[in-house]
This record gives sequence, C-alpha cells and structure tokens, in this order.
Amino acid sequence: MQARVQLVAIAGAALLLLAVLEMVRRRRLMERYALLWILSALTLLGLALWNSALVSISHAIGVIYPPNALFFVGIGFILLLLLHFSAAVSRLTDQTDTLAQRQALLEERLRRQERSLHGPAPERRPQTPPEGLGEQARAAGEAQRSAAPRQPLA
Amino acid sequence: MGRPEGAGAMSGSPLCLAVVPAYNEADTIAQVIASLRREAPQFDTLVVDDGSTDHTAALARRAGAQVLRLPFNLGIGGAVQTGFVYARDHGYELLAQVDGDGQHDAVELERLLATMRESEVDVVCGSRFLTSDHRYPAPISRRTGIHIFAFLLSRMVGTPVSDPTSGFRLYNRRAIELFARDYPHDYPEVEAVLILHHHHLRMLEVPVRMYSRGGGSSSIGTGKSAYYMLKVLLALFVGMGRRPALGLTEDDAAGVERAIG
Repeated sequence: MQARVQLVAIAGAALLLLAVLEMVRRRRLMERYALLWILSALTLLGLALWNSALVSISHAIGVIYPPNALFFVGIGFILLLLLHFSAAVSRLTDQTDTLAQRQALLEERLRRQERSLHGPAPERRPQTPPEGLGEQARAAGEAQRSAAPRQPLA
Repeated sequence: MGRPEGAGAMSGSPLCLAVVPAYNEADTIAQVIASLRREAPQFDTLVVDDGSTDHTAALARRAGAQVLRLPFNLGIGGAVQTGFVYARDHGYELLAQVDGDGQHDAVELERLLATMRESEVDVVCGSRFLTSDHRYPAPISRRTGIHIFAFLLSRMVGTPVSDPTSGFRLYNRRAIELFARDYPHDYPEVEAVLILHHHHLRMLEVPVRMYSRGGGSSSIGTGKSAYYMLKVLLALFVGMGRRPALGLTEDDAAGVERAIG
C-alpha cells in the first residue's frame, strides 16, 4: 500500500477511536453503543497498520488495489452499525409507545380520582359543565356542591 | 417531601428502605419479602418490578411490599436506580439493596447496619469472598470474571475490593443522592464502586453468606457474560478519566448531612 494512503487511513482510524473514547468519557455515548464503534475503529486501524493482512484480504475477496479492501471492510462495518441502530430505534419506538399508553391511562385515572374528590358523582355524565353553558349554570353547580355535606374520605 | 410511615419513624432510628429489584422472580419474591419483614422489620420494603411478565408484582404486593412497576425492562441498573430515586424523594436515610432471587440473607442486614453505625463509611457491601468457610457456589467462569474485576478495581480505588459484583449493599443518604443522579446501566455494581471512589465516598466490605439462586434465572446468561465483561471493562477504563457527575466535595457533603440531620 502506498505510504500516503496508509498514513491517511491510520490517522482516520485513530481519530475515530479517540473521538469515540472521548465521547464515552464525557457521557455523550453509552458503552452499549460504543462497543461496536470501538471494534470498527480498532479493526480499521489494525488493517491500516498491518499491511500484509490487508493484502491477503484483498486477494481473498478479489480486489486488486489493497486500499480498496479497506473501504470494503469499512463499508461492512457501516452497514453493521446501521443495522445495530435500526434495532435500537425499533426498541426505543416500542418503549415510547408503551410510555405514551401508560401515561394516557394514568391521566385518565387521575382525572377520575379528582372528579370523585370534588363532590359526589354517582351519575355517569361529565361533571364539568360544557363550555357553552353560562356563568349561571356553573354558579348553581358550585352552590349545589358546597351545600352538599362533604363525605369524609375513607 | 413526604415522610413515609415506617417502623423506623416511630422509634426514632433512621428511616430504612430495602430495595428489591425483581425481574420474573415469582418463585422467590414472596419468601424474600417475608424474610425481610421478619428479620429486618426496621426496613420498609420496596420491590422494583423491572417489567416482569409473570406475577412478581402481585405476589410482592400480597407479601406486604410497596411495589413500583416499570413499564418495560430497564435492566438491573435502571431498576435499582428507581429505588434510589424513591428513597431520595421520600427522605429515607438508609437504603439496602437486596436481590429478589433469595441469594441474600435478610439476617445479614443487621451486620451491614452495625458496620454502618460503627464506621464512618457511606456504603457497606456484603462480600462472599472475605472468609473461606462461606463458599460461594458459582461456576468457575463467573468467579474468574469477578476476580478480574476485583483485581482491577482494587488497584483503581487504592483499597482492596474482594466482591465488586455483590448487589447486597447498604447505602447512606450521601450515596443515595449520588446514585439517584448517576447510576450505571448494565452490571452496575462494579462501576458503582468506581463512581463512589470518584466522589470521595467510602465503601467497606463485610463478610456475608450467600445462597445459590432460589429460582428464576440470572440476569446474566452465559452467552452474554463476555459481552458484559467487555462493556464493564470499557466503562472502568474510560471511567478512570471521568469527572464526577455531581460536584460534591467533602465540604458540600458535610453540608448535605447537616441539612438532613
């Protein structure tokens, strides 16, 4: 492999490795997601440094120009990373759905509880007067509510 | 901040909470709660159900524990941290972490409490390896992993750590507040030791007896062990260069303690 290409490859892989480690250190990247990145960077760095391995890989896959084998391996890792992230995004989507559903149920439960606290509500109809009703109706409702003796809570 | 009503509140001793993370532990959870209530009555019990698909939560509730159900599986780290947040928000002064699989003996909590009272440490950790007569029945591969972590951690924190994966621990208020903010995700016990060290919190180990699992399956299967090893090793080595997440100095910590006490 030509010296200049090799230097660029080494520098690139080393930079990637350092960036990933630094991000883990700053807690911008979780270890869970860093491992595959580190594996990619280490492999690329290894192949860039160890020329004969790269040459034998390029022979094995039928690539004439060894640095192209480096691209080949690199693209392989990129595909692997993308798949990894798609799986992660799928899991996160699933979890957000669950969270949203649980939160909607919780909201409904809270509202029901608040309603039962704000006065007797034996009938199954909305307790708050509809928007269209005037102040009068609302005041009447208020009076009725305060006139009724509060049930002590169990 | 609502103070929970516990046995401790009445007798004037510190408010104690036993946190039991549980994922599909229906076989053992009722026994674990019963023995906690029997052997360590000064502790309120909180089960953090980590998205179980069996009846863990219902059984724990029936056994008399407070139960938090997580909507999906967060992993042991997220589950335990839920306990720390609960303890912080409800004003608990001590938190004991006890596994839901019956590995830990509630009787030993008294020893952890006594050590916490006698020595000025922030965390007391029950260790399987401090005495030779308490043989820990674990496969050799698992033990090797534990010893590798023990070796590395002892050098990183400068004091001997014999059982860094033990989840049988007692934390004081400082440690509760720290871990409510920042607790590692998977296989968290090992990294937690390093986080304690970074924040100048002290940990002491005491020998305890542990049983083999009463049922269910470990959170770490054999196939995943190597993966977790790698991840924790990465966390440890990168963690050495990390800044504390909480800018808690010795003086701040003293202030926090005054404010609480």
